[in-house]
Amino acid sequence: MSVPLTLLGLLEREPSHGYDLKRDYDAFFGRGKPLPFGQVYSTLSRLARDGKVVISDVAPGSGPDRKRYIITDLGATEVEQWLTQPVDPEPHLQTVLFAKVVLALMLDRPADEYLDTQRSAHLRRMRELTEIKRGGSLVDALLADHGLYHLEADLRWIEMTGARLDALRKAVRP
Amino acid sequence: MSVVIEARDAEFAFGRTPALRGASIAVDAGEILAIMGPSGSGKSTLLHCLAGILVPDSGEILFDGVRVDTMSEPERSSLRRDRFGFVFQFGQLVPELTAAENVALPLLLSGVRRTQALRRAYAWFERLGLDGMEQRRSGELSGGQAQRVALARGLVAEPQVLFADEPTGALDSLTGEQVMDLLVSAAREQGTTVILVTHEARIAAYADREVMVRDGRVNAPDRIAS
Repeated sequence: MSVPLTLLGLLEREPSHGYDLKRDYDAFFGRGKPLPFGQVYSTLSRLARDGKVVISDVAPGSGPDRKRYIITDLGATEVEQWLTQPVDPEPHLQTVLFAKVVLALMLDRPADEYLDTQRSAHLRRMRELTEIKRGGSLVDALLADHGLYHLEADLRWIEMTGARLDALRKAVRP
Repeated sequence: MSVVIEARDAEFAFGRTPALRGASIAVDAGEILAIMGPSGSGKSTLLHCLAGILVPDSGEILFDGVRVDTMSEPERSSLRRDRFGFVFQFGQLVPELTAAENVALPLLLSGVRRTQALRRAYAWFERLGLDGMEQRRSGELSGGQAQRVALARGLVAEPQVLFADEPTGALDSLTGEQVMDLLVSAAREQGTTVILVTHEARIAAYADREVMVRDGRVNAPDRIAS
């Protein structure tokens, strides 16, 4: 899970305070692992240092923090690039894919197109592994199979998510 | 690579239920293409239209640049018999015939003499690891063996295009992959174009390229990307 990019994505939705960002992150992406406040503020400081967010006037928020963070064009471009690039087809990427899908829906981006791009990248990697399996030793075949079955599991998740996008959109954009 | 078979804006409905809504696809000679998609997406209907089994309500089907959709049924029948091969998921072997006679069937139907047809059929048994199965009937074959016999029958007449609709759908994972390995090897040796319908990603991964069919339309990400 890329915390900086996920926070940037949340900020593209609307300017926000650190406390509110943490609350939204934990609600949508934390899954029982809340983001420590320290990590939220250190991440936001780095994003500000790198010109991806700016701190607007101090205003009252829901928590103790008074700084309001606004995404810059540079930050928005980075979110855009991150969302449109397929993740390297490696096993156990569901959490990254999940974050991308939810953010894409929040930002009214074409989540179905991102899923199609990811499916294509997965199948390309599966073709490579199948070639290795067909041309290699039994050990190669077993290793390739390990990757293939994990990628297949991801693909099933992609299919199920694709079929539920409308419902998911309603859930994340009340 | 030259395009060997193509659908252009094909539309087809079963009664009032649309199955294809402007499906377009082009397959190169010698290419192994996987058609994927969820149940009811229209992928088998697309395969049946490409193979001349169904005629689209509108749009065009071309094989070697010639319109298939405007052919008469006898013309399409001879095209299927002489130029195409088929492998399906279930119930393909004629139970009254031996395995060798089943494999020889397309040749016999094309007018090849029985002795020669059987000789060509026998050659496939060793090639597909079916030595000694020649005289068995379908009830005496395992699922994997029966599917390999069906594959031999699909390829024995050296078709230009092999249409395979869920050819491993009734097999366990390992047997299914063995059948796919044999299918791909034999098709590559003969230069046969393969159009494979599957909902399994691991089976589609044997193909050179995949397209997705959704709601009767074709999405071809690789072709668009290139």
